[in-house]
Amino acid sequence: MTAQSQFSGGFQNAPVQAAHAFRAAMTVMARPGEIRTLAGGEAPQPLSVAAGTLLLTLCDPDTKVHLAGAANTEAVREWLSFHTGAQLSAASEADFAVGTWSELGPLGAYRIGTSEYPDRSATLIVECDVLQQAGAQLRGPGIKDTAHLSLPDIPALQANAALYPLGCDFFFTCGDQVAALPRSTQISAEA
Amino acid sequence: MAEHTNISTAARQNWMGLLARAPEGDLMALWARYEAQPGFEWLRNPEVGGVMVRGRTGGTGAPFNLGEMTVTRCSLVLEDGTVGHSYVQGRSKSKAEAAALIDALMQTSAAEAVRDQVIAPLKEQMLTEKTDRAAKAAATKVEFFTMVRGED
Repeated sequence: MTAQSQFSGGFQNAPVQAAHAFRAAMTVMARPGEIRTLAGGEAPQPLSVAAGTLLLTLCDPDTKVHLAGAANTEAVREWLSFHTGAQLSAASEADFAVGTWSELGPLGAYRIGTSEYPDRSATLIVECDVLQQAGAQLRGPGIKDTAHLSLPDIPALQANAALYPLGCDFFFTCGDQVAALPRSTQISAEA
Repeated sequence: MAEHTNISTAARQNWMGLLARAPEGDLMALWARYEAQPGFEWLRNPEVGGVMVRGRTGGTGAPFNLGEMTVTRCSLVLEDGTVGHSYVQGRSKSKAEAAALIDALMQTSAAEAVRDQVIAPLKEQMLTEKTDRAAKAAATKVEFFTMVRGED
């Protein structure tokens, strides 16, 4: 039986699946450059499995979510509010933002935190066409020597890292794969 | 996907409220007798939680927190795509499931049958219980009156 509705695609076994998803999200954020599988939730198109699962895991009625560009559809809005109760907001107030790199737009639109509260910043979930351990070279906390990750826009991310301890954090999703880039990671272009 | 927009919010509130307040035993007995039990898939598995019940004294009083009560909620989808939700008092997951199924069926062509076999008898039982209890309480009411007013 495949009864479908606009609300289908939530966790079937929320406590276990959410814990696995959170563990994967935490691991990739702690080890920039590492790619993990993240599945369990299925958001409506055009969101990927990994992005949908991240939203189910991280969002609740206290978080504000910005849906950028093509992700901002009626189906996605209904699905998100049914499963998480998260409020939708503009980019400038969002705790989380979802979309492709070009749809998310310039990083200046998002919160970077304040000196007293650097945690009051946005986390961007960037939908990518490819995600592989190649391209930009990463150094910093959580990386033994160097790591590599395909990043959408190296200069913009370097500028974000330069704001440290302020700045945004990033998840990169592609299908059911996820990787992350915290603001503490130093990025260099040569591969 | 089945779309049902011709059901008024008030009517749906009416039956969902009835299902939320219904005693589990009565509801389950009536629901077990309903023959065309539909197939469904979970959208949100039954989960138990608490809600804050708020009250207001008079029309102008500020709202205050009366207390917490335990509720069970779930959501499901029938094979034809109709979505049913339920929020019921108590921690019975089977009651929440029955209530969500009834909510979904009430939006389909099976509404009349469900109304006749479940909703209407349930309403009647709850009303009877309420009037019985009120009558019992009324019988114990003591009317005070003054036999002789003190002479001045």
